[in-house]
Amino acid sequence: MIPTEAYLILSLALFTIGVVGVLTRRNVIIVLMSIELILNAVNINLVAFSRHFGSVDGQVFAIFIITDAAAEAAVGLGIILAFFRNRETVLADEMDMLKW
Amino acid sequence: MILNQILFYFFALLAIGSAILMVTRRNIVHSAVFLISTLLATAGIFLQLQAEFLFVVQIILYVGGIMVLFIFVIMLVNLDVALRQIQFNRQKYVAGVLTLVLATQVFFALWVARAGLNLTNPADKMPVRNTEAIGDAIFQRYMLPFEIASVLLLVAMIGAVVMAKRRV
Repeated sequence: MIPTEAYLILSLALFTIGVVGVLTRRNVIIVLMSIELILNAVNINLVAFSRHFGSVDGQVFAIFIITDAAAEAAVGLGIILAFFRNRETVLADEMDMLKW
Repeated sequence: MILNQILFYFFALLAIGSAILMVTRRNIVHSAVFLISTLLATAGIFLQLQAEFLFVVQIILYVGGIMVLFIFVIMLVNLDVALRQIQFNRQKYVAGVLTLVLATQVFFALWVARAGLNLTNPADKMPVRNTEAIGDAIFQRYMLPFEIASVLLLVAMIGAVVMAKRRV
Protein backbone atom coordinates (compact mmCIF):
# COMPACT_ATOMS: atom_id res chain seq x y z
CA MET A 1 0.00 0.00 0.00
CA ILE A 2 1.50 3.31 -1.13
CA PRO A 3 1.04 5.99 1.56
CA THR A 4 -1.07 8.98 0.62
CA GLU A 5 1.83 11.37 1.22
CA ALA A 6 3.74 9.85 -1.70
CA TYR A 7 0.92 10.97 -3.99
CA LEU A 8 0.90 14.40 -2.36
CA ILE A 9 4.63 14.80 -3.00
CA LEU A 10 4.22 13.69 -6.63
CA SER A 11 1.42 16.22 -6.96
CA LEU A 12 3.58 18.94 -5.37
CA ALA A 13 6.39 18.19 -7.82
CA LEU A 14 4.09 18.41 -10.85
CA PHE A 15 2.50 21.59 -9.47
CA THR A 16 5.93 23.21 -8.99
CA ILE A 17 7.03 22.32 -12.51
CA GLY A 18 3.77 23.79 -13.82
CA VAL A 19 4.29 27.03 -11.88
CA VAL A 20 7.83 27.32 -13.25
CA GLY A 21 6.43 26.87 -16.75
CA VAL A 22 3.78 29.54 -16.24
CA LEU A 23 6.23 32.05 -14.80
CA THR A 24 9.25 31.59 -17.07
CA ARG A 25 8.15 30.61 -20.58
CA ARG A 26 7.53 33.30 -23.18
CA ASN A 27 5.30 31.22 -25.43
CA VAL A 28 1.65 31.57 -24.42
CA ILE A 29 0.72 28.09 -25.66
CA ILE A 30 3.28 26.54 -23.31
CA VAL A 31 1.94 28.74 -20.50
CA LEU A 32 -1.54 27.29 -21.17
CA MET A 33 -0.11 23.76 -21.23
CA SER A 34 1.58 24.43 -17.88
CA ILE A 35 -1.79 25.49 -16.47
CA GLU A 36 -3.18 22.14 -17.63
CA LEU A 37 -0.29 20.48 -15.79
CA ILE A 38 -1.17 22.39 -12.59
CA LEU A 39 -4.83 21.32 -12.82
CA ASN A 40 -3.66 17.77 -13.37
CA ALA A 41 -1.52 17.90 -10.22
CA VAL A 42 -4.54 19.07 -8.24
CA ASN A 43 -6.52 16.13 -9.65
CA ILE A 44 -3.90 13.70 -8.34
CA ASN A 45 -4.33 15.28 -4.90
CA LEU A 46 -8.11 14.95 -5.02
CA VAL A 47 -8.04 11.32 -6.13
CA ALA A 48 -5.39 10.44 -3.54
CA PHE A 49 -7.54 11.90 -0.75
CA SER A 50 -10.57 10.17 -2.25
CA ARG A 51 -8.80 6.86 -1.67
CA HIS A 52 -7.44 8.00 1.68
CA PHE A 53 -10.90 8.65 3.10
CA GLY A 54 -12.56 5.80 1.20
CA SER A 55 -15.12 8.08 -0.42
CA VAL A 56 -15.82 8.80 -4.07
CA ASP A 57 -16.46 12.56 -3.63
CA GLY A 58 -12.90 13.56 -4.51
CA GLN A 59 -13.21 11.82 -7.86
CA VAL A 60 -16.40 13.77 -8.59
CA PHE A 61 -14.53 17.00 -7.93
CA ALA A 62 -11.72 15.79 -10.20
CA ILE A 63 -14.30 15.34 -12.96
CA PHE A 64 -15.48 18.92 -12.42
CA ILE A 65 -11.89 20.13 -12.63
CA ILE A 66 -11.39 18.26 -15.91
CA THR A 67 -14.54 20.00 -17.24
CA ASP A 68 -13.08 23.30 -16.13
CA ALA A 69 -9.77 22.54 -17.84
CA ALA A 70 -11.57 21.77 -21.09
CA ALA A 71 -13.51 25.05 -20.96
CA GLU A 72 -10.37 27.01 -20.10
CA ALA A 73 -8.37 25.40 -22.91
CA ALA A 74 -11.07 26.13 -25.49
CA VAL A 75 -11.44 29.80 -24.54
CA GLY A 76 -7.71 30.33 -24.05
CA LEU A 77 -6.79 28.84 -27.39
CA GLY A 78 -9.52 30.92 -29.03
CA ILE A 79 -7.98 34.05 -27.53
CA ILE A 80 -4.52 32.97 -28.72
CA LEU A 81 -5.83 32.41 -32.26
CA ALA A 82 -7.52 35.84 -32.30
CA PHE A 83 -4.39 37.51 -30.96
CA PHE A 84 -2.13 35.73 -33.44
CA ARG A 85 -4.37 36.86 -36.30
CA ASN A 86 -4.00 40.49 -35.20
CA ARG A 87 -0.38 40.70 -34.05
CA GLU A 88 1.44 37.70 -35.63
CA THR A 89 3.01 36.68 -32.30
CA VAL A 90 2.41 34.19 -29.49
CA LEU A 91 5.04 35.56 -27.12
CA ALA A 92 3.71 36.74 -23.77
CA ASP A 93 6.03 39.74 -23.37
CA GLU A 94 5.10 41.12 -26.78
CA MET A 95 1.46 41.31 -25.73
CA ASP A 96 1.74 44.88 -24.49
CA MET A 97 -1.03 46.75 -26.28
CA LEU A 98 -2.45 48.01 -22.98
CA LYS A 99 0.97 49.36 -21.90
CA TRP A 100 2.33 52.76 -22.82
CA MET B 1 2.11 -5.27 -3.23
CA ILE B 2 5.61 -4.94 -4.67
CA LEU B 3 4.08 -4.68 -8.15
CA ASN B 4 1.94 -1.83 -6.85
CA GLN B 5 5.03 0.06 -5.72
CA ILE B 6 6.91 -0.60 -8.95
CA LEU B 7 3.92 0.73 -10.93
CA PHE B 8 3.63 3.82 -8.72
CA TYR B 9 7.29 4.75 -9.03
CA PHE B 10 7.31 4.05 -12.76
CA PHE B 11 4.32 6.30 -13.41
CA ALA B 12 5.54 8.98 -10.98
CA LEU B 13 8.99 9.17 -12.57
CA LEU B 14 7.45 9.16 -16.05
CA ALA B 15 5.10 12.00 -15.09
CA ILE B 16 7.78 14.16 -13.47
CA GLY B 17 10.37 13.54 -16.19
CA SER B 18 7.95 14.33 -18.98
CA ALA B 19 6.74 17.43 -17.14
CA ILE B 20 10.31 18.75 -16.81
CA LEU B 21 10.95 18.05 -20.49
CA MET B 22 7.65 19.75 -21.39
CA VAL B 23 8.63 22.97 -19.66
CA THR B 24 12.17 23.07 -21.05
CA ARG B 25 11.81 22.00 -24.69
CA ARG B 26 12.30 24.58 -27.42
CA ASN B 27 9.88 23.08 -29.94
CA ILE B 28 6.21 23.53 -28.98
CA VAL B 29 5.16 20.27 -30.63
CA HIS B 30 7.67 18.34 -28.53
CA SER B 31 6.30 20.08 -25.44
CA ALA B 32 2.79 18.99 -26.36
CA VAL B 33 3.90 15.39 -26.85
CA PHE B 34 5.64 15.38 -23.47
CA LEU B 35 2.51 16.84 -21.87
CA ILE B 36 0.53 13.95 -23.40
CA SER B 37 3.03 11.55 -21.85
CA THR B 38 2.59 13.24 -18.44
CA LEU B 39 -1.20 13.03 -18.72
CA LEU B 40 -1.03 9.33 -19.64
CA ALA B 41 1.25 8.67 -16.65
CA THR B 42 -1.27 10.50 -14.46
CA ALA B 43 -3.99 8.27 -15.88
CA GLY B 44 -1.88 5.30 -14.75
CA ILE B 45 -1.67 6.84 -11.26
CA PHE B 46 -5.47 7.18 -11.24
CA LEU B 47 -5.88 3.54 -12.19
CA GLN B 48 -3.50 2.59 -9.42
CA LEU B 49 -5.59 4.66 -6.98
CA GLN B 50 -8.65 2.56 -7.91
CA ALA B 51 -10.30 5.40 -9.84
CA GLU B 52 -11.14 3.48 -13.02
CA PHE B 53 -13.70 5.96 -14.31
CA LEU B 54 -11.28 8.87 -13.99
CA PHE B 55 -8.62 6.80 -15.75
CA VAL B 56 -10.86 6.51 -18.80
CA VAL B 57 -12.05 10.13 -18.58
CA GLN B 58 -8.45 11.32 -18.35
CA ILE B 59 -7.44 9.48 -21.50
CA ILE B 60 -10.53 10.29 -23.55
CA LEU B 61 -10.99 13.91 -22.48
CA TYR B 62 -7.48 15.16 -21.75
CA VAL B 63 -5.40 13.23 -24.25
CA GLY B 64 -8.10 12.74 -26.86
CA GLY B 65 -9.83 16.10 -26.54
CA ILE B 66 -7.83 18.90 -24.99
CA MET B 67 -4.41 17.90 -26.33
CA VAL B 68 -5.76 17.46 -29.86
CA LEU B 69 -7.13 21.00 -29.55
CA PHE B 70 -3.70 22.21 -28.40
CA ILE B 71 -1.88 20.51 -31.26
CA PHE B 72 -4.46 21.86 -33.70
CA VAL B 73 -3.80 25.42 -32.51
CA ILE B 74 -0.02 24.83 -32.54
CA MET B 75 -0.29 23.80 -36.19
CA LEU B 76 -2.28 26.97 -36.96
CA VAL B 77 0.05 29.27 -35.05
CA ASN B 78 3.44 27.58 -35.42
CA LEU B 79 6.15 29.92 -36.61
CA ASP B 80 9.62 28.84 -37.62
CA VAL B 81 10.79 32.17 -36.26
CA ALA B 82 9.65 31.19 -32.77
CA LEU B 83 12.16 28.33 -32.68
CA ARG B 84 15.11 30.72 -32.88
CA GLN B 85 13.83 33.21 -30.31
CA ILE B 86 14.69 33.30 -26.61
CA GLN B 87 12.38 30.83 -24.89
CA PHE B 88 12.50 32.13 -21.32
CA ASN B 89 11.60 35.62 -20.19
CA ARG B 90 13.67 38.03 -18.10
CA GLN B 91 12.09 37.17 -14.76
CA LYS B 92 13.18 33.52 -14.88
CA TYR B 93 15.59 33.63 -11.92
CA VAL B 94 13.20 35.54 -9.67
CA ALA B 95 10.44 33.16 -10.73
CA GLY B 96 12.60 30.13 -9.97
CA VAL B 97 13.42 31.37 -6.48
CA LEU B 98 9.78 32.23 -5.75
CA THR B 99 8.63 28.81 -6.95
CA LEU B 100 11.23 27.15 -4.75
CA VAL B 101 9.94 29.16 -1.77
CA LEU B 102 6.36 28.14 -2.62
CA ALA B 103 7.30 24.46 -2.93
CA THR B 104 9.17 24.57 0.38
CA GLN B 105 6.18 26.15 2.10
CA VAL B 106 3.76 23.52 0.78
CA PHE B 107 6.18 20.74 1.66
CA PHE B 108 6.59 22.13 5.17
CA ALA B 109 2.80 22.35 5.61
CA LEU B 110 2.55 18.74 4.46
CA TRP B 111 5.26 17.69 6.88
CA VAL B 112 3.56 19.43 9.80
CA ALA B 113 0.13 18.01 8.94
CA ARG B 114 1.13 14.43 8.25
CA ALA B 115 0.71 13.23 11.84
CA GLY B 116 -2.70 14.84 12.30
CA LEU B 117 -4.11 13.57 9.01
CA ASN B 118 -2.71 10.06 9.45
CA LEU B 119 -1.30 10.23 5.93
CA THR B 120 0.71 7.01 6.03
CA ASN B 121 -2.12 4.47 6.11
CA PRO B 122 -5.11 5.19 3.86
CA ALA B 123 -8.58 3.84 4.63
CA ASP B 124 -8.64 1.64 1.51
CA LYS B 125 -12.33 0.85 1.51
CA MET B 126 -13.28 2.25 -1.89
CA PRO B 127 -16.61 1.12 -3.35
CA VAL B 128 -16.02 -1.82 -5.68
CA ARG B 129 -18.18 -0.42 -8.48
CA ASN B 130 -16.37 2.82 -9.13
CA THR B 131 -18.41 4.15 -12.07
CA GLU B 132 -21.68 3.34 -10.34
CA ALA B 133 -20.60 5.13 -7.16
CA ILE B 134 -19.54 8.21 -9.15
CA GLY B 135 -22.85 8.23 -11.01
CA ASP B 136 -24.73 8.05 -7.71
CA ALA B 137 -22.70 10.92 -6.27
CA ILE B 138 -23.04 13.13 -9.36
CA PHE B 139 -26.75 12.65 -9.85
CA GLN B 140 -27.74 12.87 -6.18
CA ARG B 141 -25.43 14.90 -3.97
CA TYR B 142 -23.73 16.92 -6.71
CA MET B 143 -26.68 17.55 -9.01
CA LEU B 144 -26.46 21.36 -8.83
CA PRO B 145 -22.69 21.57 -9.52
CA PHE B 146 -23.24 19.16 -12.41
CA GLU B 147 -25.86 21.45 -13.97
CA ILE B 148 -23.66 24.50 -13.39
CA ALA B 149 -20.81 22.69 -15.14
CA SER B 150 -23.08 22.26 -18.18
CA VAL B 151 -23.74 26.02 -18.20
CA LEU B 152 -19.98 26.62 -17.93
CA LEU B 153 -19.38 24.39 -20.95
CA LEU B 154 -22.06 26.26 -22.93
CA VAL B 155 -20.44 29.61 -22.06
CA ALA B 156 -17.00 28.27 -23.01
CA MET B 157 -18.34 26.93 -26.32
CA ILE B 158 -19.94 30.27 -27.27
CA GLY B 159 -16.84 32.11 -26.07
CA ALA B 160 -14.49 29.95 -28.13
CA VAL B 161 -16.62 30.38 -31.26
CA VAL B 162 -16.79 34.15 -30.83
CA MET B 163 -13.05 34.44 -30.06
CA ALA B 164 -11.96 32.36 -33.04
CA LYS B 165 -14.33 34.05 -35.49
CA ARG B 166 -12.53 35.87 -38.25
CA ARG B 167 -14.37 39.17 -37.94
CA VAL B 168 -16.18 40.15 -34.74
